[in-house]
Amino acid sequence: MSEVITPPVGTTTRQVEIDSHSINFGPQHPAAHGVLRLILELDGEIVERADPHIGLLHRGTEKLIEYKTYMQAVPYFDRLDYVSPMCEEHAFALAVEKLLGIKAPDRAQWIRVLFAEITRVLNHLLNLTTYALDVGAITPALWGFEEREKLMEFHEAASGARLHANYFRPGGVSKDLPAGLTDKIAAWAETFPKFLDDLEQLLTGNRIWRQRTVDIGVFSAEQALAWGFSGPPLRASGVPWDLRRSQPYDKYAEVDFQVPVGRNGDCFDRYLVRLAETRESVKIIKQALAKMQPGPIKVQDRKFTPPTRGEMKRSMEALIHHFKLYTEGYHVPEGTTYTAVESPKGEFGVYLVSNGTNKPYRCKIRSTGFAFLQATDVISKRHMLADVCAIIGSMDVVFGEIDR
Amino acid sequence: MAEDTAPEAALPPPEPTAAELFTAAVALLPGVTGTAWQHGELTVHAARDSVVELMTALRDKPQFAFEQMMDLCGVDWPERGDRFDVVYNLLSVSLNQRIRVVVTTDESAPVPSIHTVWPAATWWEREAWDLFGIVFSGQPDLRRILTDYGFEGHPLRKDFPLTGYVEVRYDEDRKSVVYEPVKLTQDFRSFDFLSPWEALTTLPGDEKVFTERAAERAKG
Repeated sequence: MSEVITPPVGTTTRQVEIDSHSINFGPQHPAAHGVLRLILELDGEIVERADPHIGLLHRGTEKLIEYKTYMQAVPYFDRLDYVSPMCEEHAFALAVEKLLGIKAPDRAQWIRVLFAEITRVLNHLLNLTTYALDVGAITPALWGFEEREKLMEFHEAASGARLHANYFRPGGVSKDLPAGLTDKIAAWAETFPKFLDDLEQLLTGNRIWRQRTVDIGVFSAEQALAWGFSGPPLRASGVPWDLRRSQPYDKYAEVDFQVPVGRNGDCFDRYLVRLAETRESVKIIKQALAKMQPGPIKVQDRKFTPPTRGEMKRSMEALIHHFKLYTEGYHVPEGTTYTAVESPKGEFGVYLVSNGTNKPYRCKIRSTGFAFLQATDVISKRHMLADVCAIIGSMDVVFGEIDR
Repeated sequence: MAEDTAPEAALPPPEPTAAELFTAAVALLPGVTGTAWQHGELTVHAARDSVVELMTALRDKPQFAFEQMMDLCGVDWPERGDRFDVVYNLLSVSLNQRIRVVVTTDESAPVPSIHTVWPAATWWEREAWDLFGIVFSGQPDLRRILTDYGFEGHPLRKDFPLTGYVEVRYDEDRKSVVYEPVKLTQDFRSFDFLSPWEALTTLPGDEKVFTERAAERAKG
């Protein structure tokens, strides 16, 4: 291309520069995990620059929340990262509880831990299997979705909805677990590690899988910190950081689990970290089931949480409370908080500003994938075009939360 | 009620002296104008112009070691002269601590960009520009990020209507997506839930009666 040919004497030369060409990846590409539009500047098949265009799924969630009461704001969080809905609600519920100065009762905290971990398994199953699908393995996706369906049923049994749960509320959870659900979850937790073994057998030793992921998209610990990484991609780069361990919320201080940490920070390590985390989640689920005691599932102060139907039939006061809660909502004292949880993808934070009324003054959502996607340009530089799919898959991006 | 439960709800629970020492150390950094603890979180107010030096110090000094900038966002307070807060949420992975830095600005005064301190700041600054119209000086890539191509206005400002100004539909005749002024089939409803009546005890939310009465009295 840049070969210099000595021109014959007496001729004029013209230097032609061959341009790198750019292609448009997405927003409807199956490996784009939603609506990612990636402008790739290529030199042959080598990526010189990746410019992600986001916002195609922007719904103005933060603006909408400013016009809703605190209780009405909860369902918006399910629709952010629709793969791990309950963990997003968790951050908002904790932020509001912090401003209100209330604390969910023990059973509610255990239920939250239980379902946050079920959600984590759900999320990692989707990510690992579709990530494998992106690099060409179809079987894990078929197997994983079957397993996800079982977990969706637990979601449905507890909250009434498979995806948009609206289950974790400020002050507790919306309703108690139905009879027999804990036994079903316990039975599932016994059989699930077998499935993980099978999944691992399909991928971890697989020659093609390794060729596509090992040493692809390497990100050092310093880079990962500078680029605002969190969650599995940060741990895969070798930083032992997990909010459940270092800044425990709810009952995470009382459960015993390991934090898997990678060494190379490549796509393969990100896969291994998620796989190991899924096993740890099963351990936490078992502990939560064992330690959960009967008791109230939401704060008993009726100024914050609605009374039961039965109470409302008998008590005028309960009826008034119910009416006030579902029209006016509760007033949150003036204050500001940044509350973060370890969502399956990483640090999911809510920066909540209250001005003392019944609606949030500002609710900033710190989405995890935003930071990952921003680094796509740096990570995918000088990689092959096909590696971009592996890198995006290993980052676990979901556009519901990135675009908000 | 907030007073009784605040101590045990505080997270992370710092030793009172350690927290005081830490606050004092932060207060000595360049440009810091005030510090405040709330709900176990430290907020630092700082001058706009020295934000780069402040952030560099917070990242590099070993007693702070804030390696990560987790979040940057704007908050709009239209009744103030400097109407915008720019809020930086920092995290130290090695020392397990968080800090929040707040600087103020208005529609035109630029805030120095901190993308040289943390490259991650670029997209968050683009987002603050897009949604609030906060200008960051020294930021080479201040494009819109979340809103549509060719969008006008800054949607998270308080004076931007929730329903926006334009709506989009696919026009079958022109075979393209067209933008039109937004038409509402029903007026936008925003209910005032504050009680206009005086109660036996003034509960949160019952203040309206007193503000209205004061306004009437002022009128004569």
